Amino acid sequence: MITLSILAGSTILLLTLTLWKRKAPARLRTLPAFTKLVHTLGLSIEDGKRLHISLGHGNLLDGRGGSALAGLATLRTITERTSVSDMPSVASAGDPALGLLTQDTTHAGYKAAAVEEMYQPTSGRVAGLTPFSYAAGAMHITADENVSTNILVGHFGPEAALLTESAERSHTTTIGASDNITGQAVLFAASQEALIGEELFAAGAYLGNNASHLASLTVQDILRWLVILAMVGGAIGKFIGAF
Amino acid sequence: MRVLTTVIAIAVGLIVLIGYFLPQAEPLQSMLLNWAVTIAGAATLMGLLNLLAVHFSKVRRGEKGGVYSALLILAMLGTLTAGIVLRPQHVGMQVLLNGIILPVEGMLMGLLTISLLYAAMRLLRHRTDIMAVFFILTALLIFLGSATLPFGDVPVIGTLIRPWVSQIWALGGARGILIGVSLGALTTGLRVLLGADRPYGDK
Repeated sequence: MITLSILAGSTILLLTLTLWKRKAPARLRTLPAFTKLVHTLGLSIEDGKRLHISLGHGNLLDGRGGSALAGLATLRTITERTSVSDMPSVASAGDPALGLLTQDTTHAGYKAAAVEEMYQPTSGRVAGLTPFSYAAGAMHITADENVSTNILVGHFGPEAALLTESAERSHTTTIGASDNITGQAVLFAASQEALIGEELFAAGAYLGNNASHLASLTVQDILRWLVILAMVGGAIGKFIGAF
Repeated sequence: MRVLTTVIAIAVGLIVLIGYFLPQAEPLQSMLLNWAVTIAGAATLMGLLNLLAVHFSKVRRGEKGGVYSALLILAMLGTLTAGIVLRPQHVGMQVLLNGIILPVEGMLMGLLTISLLYAAMRLLRHRTDIMAVFFILTALLIFLGSATLPFGDVPVIGTLIRPWVSQIWALGGARGILIGVSLGALTTGLRVLLGADRPYGDK
């Protein structure tokens, strides 16, 4: 019953706030990783270099699907912005189903930018099927394909260190975000900019400024406050012997 | 076509979701999930073809690292053929798995240790803020507290500080981060379910 109430409440909030955000301008706090990302989007086109968007090995059929979907939303925005470049972005995934969606999303980005004829199916790739084989496959993209920035958005574990190591050797920048705690610690230590926790899911709002993405940030804030209140209330209740 | 895709995706998502709350919808939910597993299996084959196409194109164009791509294609086709002919349970396939694939992954894990150590060393070059200093100090404390030394645990650090940092501060922080990630995943899922995000089509 509680789960159903949370779902129903979140859906109503999301719908209402999406309509509201279409009218009200968004005010987002500055996140250095997104500032750098927006900066590198422009620079990569000027430098004639490409971006590598790495979506990790999140499986869409389990709990890691959320980060994979957030990665796809980020990829969609980046592809649309960089598709007219001489060196279009390349995306890699470590899960076959995610790989197919990567291709579809990249294609949609080209279509939206009205340059569908420039789309190449190999710009969305499956680099490997296990975490380490994926890292080994994606490392070569950074090293061999004239990449200026690696954007790691999705489910990454400790193997992310291999990707950041490869990026460091190629003198490329890495911006990383993972839903995995170990992956986040690795990316915090090894990348130039890292997104921690739910910041991973804010990429669509910061890059695309889309009403539904902005609304989902507000819904997350409301739910976070409810969780805090429940935790504090629970602690007080336990202390006074109410439970 | 675009509308039809969206309607199908949203309907399937809703049926699967309802299946978790309504027992009557469970058979339909499990049927749809079985379909998804079958499609994911077919996607693996598509993923392999994609991998093959990317590396074949690298070899054909004579790009940097083309030799490794050629090796990958040969190894992939060889393993695939052997797997189809001999079947995965065959002793030869088990030797291939235990003798090549697992050791290579193990080697990458070993390499990871060095990469992580190097990343920790250069952390202060990337970041010169208080968080980076805390990160390094915490890692050092945990290492010192967990290290196997000839004289046993380091006094105070191993017995008092390490459990305090890892079981109270780190565990609390990790739980906080995971709650945030769950909320993010929830709203992302809802956006897909409502058709605001369509990773399967034009939006």
